[in-house]
Amino acid sequence: MKEVLFYLFAGLLLLFSILTVSSRKILRAAVFLLFSLVLTAALYFLWDYLFMASVQLMLYAGGIMVLIVFSVLLTHNIDHKFDPMEFKKIIFSALLSLVGAVTVIYVILSHPFKTSALAAAPISPEDIGRGFLSYGENGYILPFEVISILLLAAMIGAIVIAKKTTK
Amino acid sequence: MFETIPLTHILIVSTLMFFIGVFGFLVRRNLITILMSVELILNSVNINFIAINKFLYPERLEGLMFSIFVVAVAAAEAAVAIAIIINIYRRFSSINVEDVSEMKG
Repeated sequence: MKEVLFYLFAGLLLLFSILTVSSRKILRAAVFLLFSLVLTAALYFLWDYLFMASVQLMLYAGGIMVLIVFSVLLTHNIDHKFDPMEFKKIIFSALLSLVGAVTVIYVILSHPFKTSALAAAPISPEDIGRGFLSYGENGYILPFEVISILLLAAMIGAIVIAKKTTK
Repeated sequence: MFETIPLTHILIVSTLMFFIGVFGFLVRRNLITILMSVELILNSVNINFIAINKFLYPERLEGLMFSIFVVAVAAAEAAVAIAIIINIYRRFSSINVEDVSEMKG
């Protein structure tokens, strides 16, 4: 059952990713991006990473999508349609990404992954919280603090940049 | 059981998603759609981290922690990028990358 769900989600994920980069209406592209982010959260739910799935839903599908839709509505007419892209540019970009994808897939297929035999206990939010705040082994207090300073700087920077300059 | 799905299939899916994002980054001419492609790229990297953590080291937390940090950086990046985009729109009345060439010599 879970295999079927995985392949279904993976197929839909790739389909919506392609539609995100190829749709000619910008609001539609944003909705397709939302679908692919929600499908990613569904994959995390399948793998029992509940905390990560909820972070994905709240931050990506909630926060970032609201920001993107806001900026689309502030800068575009709602039924604005892009001009069709240049054929030469499409061919070059497709070729470049195809070569990259083939190289990476070749490397993945030629590397033997030893899957762990350990039965995976589901990771509880308590473990994650203790990991964030501990400074011993397997502690992440330094990156946690760095990220909080980065978020503060990004918040102040976004306000300063987007502020209307008064003359 | 779910463990019958080989890890390589998951990695191939995330690779394809990554390069779809790269394709969009190269082909699009609008700043917001370029930002969407970057979000696709970051998202596929997250899938990679989580899958490797789940299948190779299920008793550890590194991949999970790293993808949470990636999500935080992506949120910061999206906020600043959209502030810049709105400022560009106010100044040039367009967010097409070809119209914004003020700093070209």
